Formats: sequence, C-alpha cells, structure tokens
Amino acid sequence: MKPKGWKEVAPGAVITEAGSALKFKTGSWRAFKPKWIEENCIQCMFCWIYCPDMAVKAKDGKRAEFDYDYCKGCGICALECPGKKGNKAIVMEEEGK
Amino acid sequence: MATPLSLKELSKKEVLLTAGHRMCSGCGAPPVVKMVLLASDYPVVASNATGCIEVSTCISEYTAWKIPWIHNAFENAAATLSGVETMYRSLKKQGKIDKEIKFIAFGGDGGTYDIGFQSLSGAMERGHDMLYICYDNGAYMNTGIQRSSATPFGADTTTCPAGSVIPGKLQQRKDLTKIMAAHGIPYVAQASPSSWSDLMKKVRKALEIKGPKFMNIIAPCNRGWRSRTDDAILLSRLAVETCYWPLYEIENGVTRVTVKPKEKKPLVDFLKPQGRFKHMFAPENEWMLKQAQEEVEKNWERLLKEEAFTAPKEEAAKE
Amino acid sequence: MPKIVAVTGNEAVAEAFRQVNPDVCAAYPITPSTDLMQRFASFVNNGKVKTEMILVESEHSAMSACIGASAAGGRVITATSSQGLALMWEELFIASGTRLPIVLGLVNRALSAPLNIHGDHSDGMGARDCGWIQLWSENGQEAYDNTIQAFRIAEHMDIRLPAMTCMDGFIISHSIERMEYLDDEAVKNFAGEFRTLNPLLDIEHPVSYGPLILPDYYMEFRRAHAEVMSKVSKVVLSVAKDFEKISGRKYGLFETYRLEDAEIAFVILNSAAGTSKDVIDEFRNKGIKAGLLKPRLYRPFPYEEVGEALKHLKAVCVLDRADAFGASYGPLYIDIAASLYPYKERPLLINKIYGLGGRDYLPEHAELVLNELAETAKTGKVKTFKEYIGVRE
Ligand SMILES: Cc1ncc(C[n+]2csc(CCOP(=O)(O)OP(=O)(O)O)c2C)c(N)n1
Ligand code: SF4
Ligand code: SF4
Ligand code: SF4
Ligand SMILES: [Mg+2]
Repeated sequence: MKPKGWKEVAPGAVITEAGSALKFKTGSWRAFKPKWIEENCIQCMFCWIYCPDMAVKAKDGKRAEFDYDYCKGCGICALECPGKKGNKAIVMEEEGK
Repeated sequence: MATPLSLKELSKKEVLLTAGHRMCSGCGAPPVVKMVLLASDYPVVASNATGCIEVSTCISEYTAWKIPWIHNAFENAAATLSGVETMYRSLKKQGKIDKEIKFIAFGGDGGTYDIGFQSLSGAMERGHDMLYICYDNGAYMNTGIQRSSATPFGADTTTCPAGSVIPGKLQQRKDLTKIMAAHGIPYVAQASPSSWSDLMKKVRKALEIKGPKFMNIIAPCNRGWRSRTDDAILLSRLAVETCYWPLYEIENGVTRVTVKPKEKKPLVDFLKPQGRFKHMFAPENEWMLKQAQEEVEKNWERLLKEEAFTAPKEEAAKE
Repeated sequence: MPKIVAVTGNEAVAEAFRQVNPDVCAAYPITPSTDLMQRFASFVNNGKVKTEMILVESEHSAMSACIGASAAGGRVITATSSQGLALMWEELFIASGTRLPIVLGLVNRALSAPLNIHGDHSDGMGARDCGWIQLWSENGQEAYDNTIQAFRIAEHMDIRLPAMTCMDGFIISHSIERMEYLDDEAVKNFAGEFRTLNPLLDIEHPVSYGPLILPDYYMEFRRAHAEVMSKVSKVVLSVAKDFEKISGRKYGLFETYRLEDAEIAFVILNSAAGTSKDVIDEFRNKGIKAGLLKPRLYRPFPYEEVGEALKHLKAVCVLDRADAFGASYGPLYIDIAASLYPYKERPLLINKIYGLGGRDYLPEHAELVLNELAETAKTGKVKTFKEYIGVRE
C-alpha cells in the first residue's frame, strides 16, 4: 500500500476503524509454536483466557484451533494447560520443524 | 442478565482488545486488559496512560481497541477520563445520551504510583464514576525497565542496577492500594490474572458501584523481570501464594481477603525464577532476602488484622 | 437589545462563557484569572448554565480533563494565567495536535522567577507555537467579543483547533469599563449548536484517540496541522463579519490606527495600544504622521497582511511586553521582522521591551519612542535596535 500523503491523514490522528490492529499479523514473531493435542484437551479454556494475544480461538463455548496469524509462541498456554491425566494438551515445538 | 463468569460462557463474547497488538511475547498485561473488558457487559470507554499497553495497542493506523479509547499523556489517564465522564454526565443530563456507559482508566505503575498519582488522587477525590486500573509490572518497562515506586525491594533495574556498592533497589514498595483506600472511595481491590475469576468478580462489583473505584492488578513483564516468556501467569500466581501480592478488596471500609493461600509459600519461590532478584541469592546479600520476607510477613499480618477489625460485627454475629 | 454595562474584563469573559453555555468546564485557580472562574462557578451553582464543572487539582489536569471532555464530544472551556498555562504546556500541544476545539480564557500574567502576579505577555508568548489559535484583546469589550467569536472559529469544521483569548491581567481583568453585552439569544444563535467530530461517547462507532505515530507519518500530521493553521485567518474574517451583524462592531486580523498615511508607527498588543493611540493623536496634532498596528489574531500570524500594512512606513517600533531570552528580540518583533523581510523597501524596525510584571506603560514612554522613531525616519539611522524602556539603570 502506498503510504498516505499529508492531505490524506486523519484529522488529529484519530483512528476510526476499531480493531484495525488485526491487519498487523504478529505470527512471524514466533520462535516456538504451540500444538494442540485435542485428545488430551479437557476444554477448561485456560489457554483461551490466559493467551496474551487472543490467539486461541473459541467456538460455541469450546476451544478451537490456534490462530497462527497472531500467536507469538510465548508458551503460556502450554504451561498453564492442565491436560488430561498429566498429559498436556498443548506442547511447544520449535518453529519450522 | 450478566454473562455468567464461566470461561465457557465468556468465550462466546467478543474480546474487545484484538490480536495484532505489539506487546512482547508472553506479556502479562494483555490478559489483564482482556479480563477487565470481558468482565463488563456494559459498553466501556477507556483512557490509557502512556506506557507499554498504550504504545503497543495503538500505533499509526492500527488500534487493537474495539471500544472508544483515548490516550492523552503519561500522567493523566485519570484526569482525562474524568473529563470524558463529566461530558457524559453533562450530555446525559441534557438528554443527548441515554445509554449506560462505564468508564475505565488503565495506567502502568509508573503512570499511577508516580507521575500520575496527583491526577489519580484528584479524580478519586472528586468522585467521578470511573474505575481506575493500575497494571503493576513494577517498573517503567516501556522506557527500558527503570525503577518506580512500585519496584519491589531488592530488584535490579536499569536505574537502580544491582551494583557492587548498591545492590538494586533499597526501598520498599509504596503501598498504593492502601493509599487509594485511604481516599475513602467506595471500592478498592487488588487482583491477579492468575485468579481470573476473582479478578473479574472484582471488576464486576466495581462497575456496579457508583463513584470512584481503584484496582491494582499485578502484570508480570518477562523483559523487566528477566524471566521466561511462558511464566507470566505462573509468576502472578506465585505472587499471590507467597502473599507478596495478596488478593483483597476494601468495600466501603470493610477489608476482605478474597483468596487466602492454603499454605503460604516462602517469598523466594516468587523471587527465584526472576533474574531481577538473582543478586539477592548471593551469600553476601542474604540480608536482602530476609528483609524482603519480613516485609511480606508484616504486610500480610496487618492485612489479616485489618480484615478482622473491619468485619461487620452484627452480621458476623448473626451468621 | 444589547445592554450597556460597567464591568471588569473578567466579568465580561465570564458573561460570554455564560451566554455560550458550554457543556463542560475544568479549571484551577490562579491570579488574575481566578476571579473569572469564580464568577463562572457561581453561574454553574446557581443554575444559570447547563455546564458541568470539574474542579481539578492542577492546571495540568484541567487541560487533561478538557481534552477528555472535548474528545468525548461537546463544548469545553477553561481559563488560566501564567504558571497555570506553563503547567499546561505539555497538554496544549496534545489539545491542538488532536484537533480539539477547546476555548481557553488567558488572563495574561508574568512568569516566575521572580514570582510576580501582574500583567505581561510572557505566558501567552510561551504558548504561541503550541498550535493554538490566539486572539488578543485591548480591553474588556474586545475580550468579550473575542471570546464569543473564538467558539465559532475553533469549532469551524475546516479548523477544529483550540483557541485562547488573551487580555491583560489586572489592567483589563480587574478594571471596570463601560461596554456592551449582547442578548443571550443573539449569542446563543451566533455560537450555534456544537458539532461533534469522532466523539468518544459514540459507542456504536468506537474510535481511538492518541496513537503512537512513528517517523513514517509524524511529519504528515504536522504538515496537515500547518495547513489547517493557514486556513484560520479566512475563518476569523468570516466569523468577524457575522459578528458585526449582531454587534455592529468590526473586527479584522489586526487593527490599524491612523496607519494608512503614517510614516512612523507602533506595533503593540493588548491594553497598551489604548495609551499609545492617545499619544499618537497628540503627535498627529503636532503634524507628525504617526500610526499604530495592533495584532488581534496573533496565532496563526497573518504575516502577509501585516507586511502589506506596514511596508510603506519609514520607521516602526515593535513594543513587546515579554522578552524572548537569547533571541535578541522580543517575540512580536521577530514576527514583524519576518512579515517585512520579503519587501525590498521596508521600514527601519526597532524593538522596545516594556511593562514586564505589571510595570506601568505611561504616555511618556510612548512619547519617547515616537520621538525616537521620528528622528530615525528623518535620519535613516537607528540609535539602538532593542532596549528595555521604563527600567531603572
Ligand atoms: C511527562 C513524561 N515523562 C516521561 C515520559 C517517558 N515515559 C513514557 S512511558 C514511561 C514509563 C511507563 O511506565 P509504567 O507506567 O510503569 O508503564 P509500563 O511501561 O511499565 O507498562 C516513561 C518514563 C513521558 N512519556 N512523559
Ligand atoms: S503460545 Fe502464547 S501467543 Fe501462542 S497461543 Fe499460546 S499463549 Fe497464545
Ligand atoms: S488449557 Fe489445555 S486442556 Fe484446557 S482448553 Fe486449553 S488445550 Fe484444552
Ligand atoms: S516490556 Fe514488559 S510490560 Fe512491556 S510489553 Fe514487554 S513484557 Fe509487556
Ligand atoms: Mg510499569
């Protein structure tokens, strides 16, 4: 996109498009990638509430896939995941592996 | 009816802070904002002091906010919001607005304990109908981890580095939560993202009360605390379990500890995983660990006494 | 029907604020503007206005709250002086950069140190480059008229900038003079309904105020602000025309007094222009062609128009009631020099610093300077380019 000239910038720098940050994908920051192991998931939704990057999707009150467009790979979800009988439902893997 | 405070139900709501913000990976602040916004079923207008949250959520044409939001400067999130809230009252009285709107200010510890303290104190004293949320990460993180009056005793920061003569910060933290309670405002609370339900209950309660409210919420910063990117929630939990960061509320003068650790962990459990306290574990700095632990004991005991002392006598008897 | 009254400058500006009836006012006391806000507060507490008042704990918070209230979507006022304006400094830039049409009544006063509560222009001059509109006023009537017009100028959809109206502390703010108040109805209609632009309180359309702007865009925003500034004088003139219709009083970008055929002239702001005009009349009676230019719109400064108005003169003295330390000349002088620079044929230009911290500006001072100007015009020689007058050696 061509950068805007001074005649086109918004008066007072006010942003009128709420949530426009979604256009800024932060997934490329990731060094480690969380992997969801669905069979170990007890649907506690801790990963959803604790994720700093809104990168755990939820659908109809249930955990859905990761949103790798934004996930920064911090590993909070994996650390907090209780999993099933001591088996984590999220594991971190090196990115690109 | 308000959304039940279950993660299943909450996850059906839209999170009004979007992805695409530029806080560091694993930052403890976004979960705090997320929980605060999820807790409200009312429309919210927010102000934000300069600091990590502000700088990373609204850059150029990219805003992560799906609510009306204003950043003015570093020291005036409270004063700015008091203007917004007053305009709301004025327009409501004139019949130009009819919606019920809630007002929430977000400020870091620097923007709240230090440079924004006067503005906060003034807004609270004036009685504006707003909730001020301090996300306390214990230093000026956005400008590179400088000491604030919220920095814990002993911590190594870039302006009070652990040197050979002065081993980090030598002063104890300012107890801002208590100072805000001393303003005599109807609701003051301390919370932690690790106890999401407690945090959200407090936000809900605060929003139902008319007048000025203050919440202090611990928000681990892996950059400044020199810890891992995955431990923000873990550390905020350890802060609670060691009684470094007690979870309590003061509602109309009545103090209530909302989460009491089953067994109180030693403070070192909280300090050890953080690089900013590493020097305190050197043999010559043993006194620092001791002093830090003593301070926690003292504050915790005082809090319990306060709880007992302020408990409503008659009701307690009835029960 | 307009009403003839005998009131102080502060009373008059408070009356203008009452008649415009803003939605929110946030203010903090400081001499000599305190009295203005006290009067307005009594309008609030006696139900004479719909305004909600925020009695903040500092001027920094006053301007911060004004910014919040203005962004929320309504008409906002404040007033201050001196240290108060200085404490607002950071916020002044934020108000203008965010394009919020706040109206501020500035009662000009000296700056510390040394501490002094009396009139001079150091406060307003210190804020001249903050991106605000500044209208300066010779007397209570002008302060009243400028205040009413300031809303229309600031809130104009092509402008949306904050505006401050300036009048001299004590000399005008606390002196009773005869003036004319307009009808409440006339002022109300003149000011009109406030029009919102991206109001925060519109929860259906959530907006974000105050983003971080990186080097890739910062300059574009500043350039856009500069462009808006360049449109102000046109709006000032059109608002003045409308104002003349309801008041019969004429306003321009500046006032000229016996300037057209003059050979020597003063350029002077605010109350001291009055004394100067009287002395100019005396000199005219003696056959000396003296005149005066009194800027009204000081920011943005109408360089071209001022240059055109002064270029034909032989010698001009700019009298500054503030010094720009280290800049060699007073702030007004610097602007006049810049206005005249494009002309090959231009008057000799000298600068006098007068009246600091409430020091009297007397007819003798004006006489002395006019004599010096007459001599300069005759000989083409300048005695001193800049000096303090009315100061003990
Ligand atoms: C008046 C002023 N002084 C200093 C700064 C520089 N500054 C910006 S953010 C900041 C630190 C913020 O610390 P805190 O409030 O704790 O928030 P954090 O960055 O830790 O989230 C500082 C010192 C500023 N923007 N304005
Ligand atoms: S790794 Fe971090 S950013 Fe990615 S989904 Fe898990 S918690 Fe969210
Ligand atoms: S934290 Fe683990 S168990 Fe809980 S919902 Fe997420 S993946 Fe499933
Ligand atoms: S520096 Fe700390 S507080 Fe700031 S974004 Fe990074 S982790 Fe969060
Ligand atoms: Mg901080």
